[in-house]
Amino acid sequence: MKKLSLNFWGLLPAYLVMSLLMVLPLLIIFYVSFMSSDPYGGYKAVFSLDSYTQILYSYDWDENLVLNLQYLKIIARTLLLSAATAIICLLISFPVAYYISRQSHTMKTLLLYLVTLPFWVSMVVRVYAWVLILSNDGVLENGLRFFGLIGDIDSLLYNNGAMMVGMVYTYIPLMILPIYASIEKLDSRLIEAASDLYSSRMNTLRRIILPLCKPGIVAGFVLVFVPSLGTVLEPMLLGGGKTMMLGNLIQNQFGVARNWSFGASLTVLLLCIVLIFLMFQARRTNLNKEFS
Amino acid sequence: MNISALFKPNREATHYPGFGAVGILFFSFLYFPILVIITYSFNSNRIVSVWQGFSWKWYASALQNEGLLNALQVSFTVALFATLIATAIATAAALVLSRGKNVKHAKLSQAVVNLPLMLPEIVFAVAILILFSQLGIQNGMLKLILAHSAFCIPFAFLPIRARLQGMDNNLEQAAQDLYATPLVTFRRITLPLIAPGIFAGAMLSFVISMDDFITSNIVSGGGATTLPVYIFSLVKQGVSPELNAISTLIMVASLLIATPCWLIAKRSR
Repeated sequence: MKKLSLNFWGLLPAYLVMSLLMVLPLLIIFYVSFMSSDPYGGYKAVFSLDSYTQILYSYDWDENLVLNLQYLKIIARTLLLSAATAIICLLISFPVAYYISRQSHTMKTLLLYLVTLPFWVSMVVRVYAWVLILSNDGVLENGLRFFGLIGDIDSLLYNNGAMMVGMVYTYIPLMILPIYASIEKLDSRLIEAASDLYSSRMNTLRRIILPLCKPGIVAGFVLVFVPSLGTVLEPMLLGGGKTMMLGNLIQNQFGVARNWSFGASLTVLLLCIVLIFLMFQARRTNLNKEFS
Repeated sequence: MNISALFKPNREATHYPGFGAVGILFFSFLYFPILVIITYSFNSNRIVSVWQGFSWKWYASALQNEGLLNALQVSFTVALFATLIATAIATAAALVLSRGKNVKHAKLSQAVVNLPLMLPEIVFAVAILILFSQLGIQNGMLKLILAHSAFCIPFAFLPIRARLQGMDNNLEQAAQDLYATPLVTFRRITLPLIAPGIFAGAMLSFVISMDDFITSNIVSGGGATTLPVYIFSLVKQGVSPELNAISTLIMVASLLIATPCWLIAKRSR
């Protein structure tokens, strides 16, 4: 009995903090998303689905509902850029993780240290570095001009590409570490056996290495994709005003636009996207476990 | 590694040609932006991209920047309190979840502790903003400390739990066989053994709190401005040599915190 109460008291603070500062706020968001918006800011305690219809429709001059693709575009951009970021991170991370795993012990430790080090550096500073590189008359433009590779060009900053470079740069260590962990667990004798049986390198990679590293790849994909969906900083600094993402849209509803119920419904939408993605991943990993 | 080995075709089965090149390109990509900031922070020219000469003057003006020092003070205070709260809560939870007997709902509890890792941060940020406004909490500092404590818990929890799982409980059992009370066992055996884990967890949550932008930017709103939010406001005004110097100082500080933590974490493995 005494043991049980010790367990209880040990976990109580964590439960208290999480339910008061995480679960309760999410419930409030859910509640506010079904309330109507108040033109003076905040929300009115009147039930309404307006904040959800607002995602797809808007009122024209005659108060008729018309399809409005403005927000759908932002949602689609968010999904596409996040997926692209995760895929690019994966394409770079796999060779890098494999390369690190083949080094000597000291070299491995050093390279892993170099991979994790940027994590400790402020994210704002890391994104700012790209502003410095990509801005007008910035390092990259001057460098390219110096070598005569470009003439006069539009800014390299404030577009989807710049935003994605920033996102890949921010999130790529999250992809390398889990993939590295799964490559380290891989038995290299399997690769040698495949090669002894005249399997080409490509074939070995496709049939032996990649399937065995799948848990690491899946984990890395989740770790990059989920935070990418909620990106706020990169669009604001590298994307400029024109290229908004869902995270910025939400933030604006609670800031300048002061439309809480619309912001809440967008938050619920983002949460649903994340949950569907995580459930899909969990189901697939479970299926894999059952079949192997 | 000798140079001639680079040019000899490697016939080992586990060798993949080209992966090394990707690796080298990747590390250049990772460190080039950082080197650019450091280099340009020493540029005496006010126009950032045109090199004029070496100078320390931007560091001098950064260190006299009152807004920066205020923001640093806010960030430091918030990080200190958030770390103390988060580490205490995480240590208790980690001890129960890896040492407690007959823990009910262990899986659920694990998920609850790690909840902040599963949500995109912006979701948490706007949710807690609404909570604070409903409760009428006005104090910027208090809001920041509460929010940071919540999302730092998993970052403190994971290293401590890893440490607890990595060691067997033989020593604790031996102490109890020798009639040590649970409290004495905890204080003399368990606590010293998991101290590196607690240290690593505390440092990690300190850095996570110091670096946080998304939540602080939404929650602080006037009153208390944290360092990342202040730097963001500077970046919004455009690139400047002083900003480069500030960024370099922050990176040096991060390096000074990260390296010992990393060494301790490595040695304790």
